[in-house]
Amino acid sequence: MAKFTTDVTRRGLLKGSALVGVSLAAPTIFTRTANAFTNEPKGGSVTLGFNVPQTGPYADEGADELRAYELAVEHLNGGGDGGMLNTFSSKALKGAGILGKKVEYVTGDTQTKSDAARASAKSMIEKDGAIMITGGSSSGVAVAVQALCQEAGVIFMAGLTHSNDTTGKDKKANGFRHFFNSYMSGAALAPVLGKAYGNDRKAYHLTADYNWGYTTEEAVRSSTEAMGWETVAAVKTPLAQTDFSSYITPVLQSDADVLVLNHYGGNMVNSLTNAVQFGLRERSVNGKNFEIVVPLYSRLMAKGAGENVKGIFGSTNWHWSLQDEGSKAFVKSFGTKYGFPPSQAAHTCYVQALLYADAVERAGSFNPCAVAEALEGFEFDGMGNGKTLYRADDHQCFKDVLVVKGKENPTSEFDLLEIVEVTPVSQVTYAPDHPQFAGGSLGTCNPGA
Amino acid sequence: MDAILLQILNGLDKGSAYALIALGLTLIFGTLGVVNFAHGALFMLGAFCAVTLNKIFQFSYETIDPVRKDFLGNPLKVETPYVYDWFGADAGAAMIEWSVPLSILFAIPVMILIGLTMERGLIKYFYKRPHADQILVTFGLAIVLQEIIKYFYGANPIPTPAPQALTGSADIGAAIGFDAGSIIYPYWRLVYFLFATVIIGGVFAFLRYTTFGMVVRAGMADRETVGLLGINIDKRFTIMFAIAACVAGLAGVMYTPINSPNYHMGMDFLVLSFVVVVVGGMGSLGGAVAAGFLLGVLESFASMGEIVALLPGINQIIIYLVAIIILLTRPRGLMGRKGVMEE
Repeated sequence: MAKFTTDVTRRGLLKGSALVGVSLAAPTIFTRTANAFTNEPKGGSVTLGFNVPQTGPYADEGADELRAYELAVEHLNGGGDGGMLNTFSSKALKGAGILGKKVEYVTGDTQTKSDAARASAKSMIEKDGAIMITGGSSSGVAVAVQALCQEAGVIFMAGLTHSNDTTGKDKKANGFRHFFNSYMSGAALAPVLGKAYGNDRKAYHLTADYNWGYTTEEAVRSSTEAMGWETVAAVKTPLAQTDFSSYITPVLQSDADVLVLNHYGGNMVNSLTNAVQFGLRERSVNGKNFEIVVPLYSRLMAKGAGENVKGIFGSTNWHWSLQDEGSKAFVKSFGTKYGFPPSQAAHTCYVQALLYADAVERAGSFNPCAVAEALEGFEFDGMGNGKTLYRADDHQCFKDVLVVKGKENPTSEFDLLEIVEVTPVSQVTYAPDHPQFAGGSLGTCNPGA
Repeated sequence: MDAILLQILNGLDKGSAYALIALGLTLIFGTLGVVNFAHGALFMLGAFCAVTLNKIFQFSYETIDPVRKDFLGNPLKVETPYVYDWFGADAGAAMIEWSVPLSILFAIPVMILIGLTMERGLIKYFYKRPHADQILVTFGLAIVLQEIIKYFYGANPIPTPAPQALTGSADIGAAIGFDAGSIIYPYWRLVYFLFATVIIGGVFAFLRYTTFGMVVRAGMADRETVGLLGINIDKRFTIMFAIAACVAGLAGVMYTPINSPNYHMGMDFLVLSFVVVVVGGMGSLGGAVAAGFLLGVLESFASMGEIVALLPGINQIIIYLVAIIILLTRPRGLMGRKGVMEE
């Protein structure tokens, strides 16, 4: 019979106790068991985490996002003129915080780098007790932070992220996206391009060499090829590239009559500037005027590219010149507070903050699973872009998409893009199992506890 | 053939920027023995001299236009640049339009002052320190400078266009007997190439044909002996540092219409420029210029669609590949002098 030893020493007991104590006290979100869900608010306030690029190439976009979040917090707490709370179809929010708790916030700097974004989100969740993370200006960051929030058991309300993968192969049950995506850009743009330039065109794509570039190229290619355009070349360009002249000159040697710039931010500013410098806009090929297309526009990018954007088509999630009541209310609040109109990044972040707060109110709980349930299949209006659906299958918002064009005669430094078409939501809606969104699964909601 | 000519032109243009920055780097290394990692930041500061002058010219006062409305529906605030009032509307508009070329006059004293301040205030304390220390402190300085620029100008690129008369493109193909439109090249890039040629020629002539330059060259060859002759060589080297800073700054000024300036542009050029210097041969002015143009042209060719299709990613590593090959076969670089960077 085996001897059962019970020789417990005082030193061993102390060591064991210390080990257990350290394990239990370790501030890790993954071992927390005391709460019903991660960072359940206990006092009179609730903390939201705004994770935006405060440094790096998208810092200006991040600054605009932060302005929008601060405005949203002000409105949620009953300050200011209430902005879109007045036009939002859901009337659950009364300007008394969220579930009676005053809204507070902490901020993090994503630096537009996935690892930095994850680190700042983790810090806000673990150290600051943030119950929801929102923000970002890059699909790489969004996918990384969304995965972290899924593990941690908090809700992620994506900011500016346009890649199909965010709600495609990388979708998560705890992640939600209000912004549109590459597929929608392609679906909205193609008919307008066909009408303006004809169905017999030869396109040359320059594509940013990362996830967002690939999905945008794929979406625009498939949409334009479906209406008869031919793709003569698709060349990847490094993200760090600043001078695109050596990529532009081969375009001159090809028989392409359209250049599609699947570039964003500084890349787009530089590649478009180079393309215009090389006379592409004055060029005539195959008896047609040469044209340039920028699938994803933003006002901040248009400002960077200056005169070069004139007459160039692209798509955008939202624009301050929209005349629906929600957009007008938001532009008035934002413009009065800051002195200039909000960008599309500011709009989507403001809306995401309100949608989260509203979902908590309707669910009657901060529990991420209850919030997710309240958001899934939620239909709303009054936030710009008309009636919008948060589809349950992939947590992607479906709403009207804007096709815009660089304005020929701007009346002010903000008046750079004009809306040429509001593409109805039915035209940009796709099946959840569409090939461009294949792979991955939402999984199940994680409350963290 | 026309594609090859086009890429050569393109490479010369890019090579001009490499050569100008590498020339300044080599001047500093050859005179002061300092490896200046803040040289890219000087290029960036030059570009922001152009941005600043453009903003100064556009400095405006507001009047209310009761007829037109702003984005909130309030009476529109119309901004009128002060230069319109001071010099007349036409002259004021011309000043704004020609702000980039005019920035050369603005940038020369500014960059010389920055160069002198940098050398006297920081670099001189690192003359006798190891190259690693010099690299660390100048790299730190570069980061500080770019953060200062970001604080005041933001992170986004700031478009600073060339004058309207120089924004079009030249149909070089038609001029030399090829098909019309086969070789199109922007006027401003031609201006940039000519400008670089003049600056490089000017620096070489200055060193070759002036007494000052002759003393500097003698000091580069044997600093101690020149000092023993009673010549204050340190003062001359300080001036050479300021000249190098000025060359980098002017390269930045003229580069602004090619790519909108941003706070990070110096770093984008710095590493490549160091590779250019090493390929050309540390301390060799001619080597720096030759390598600048050579690598610019090679990079351009490597970005051709046919080449990239055959060897994906070659355009991103071609410069480093060439650097490896040249350093393996000629460890001192193309035109490097014996003894430089050698124990």
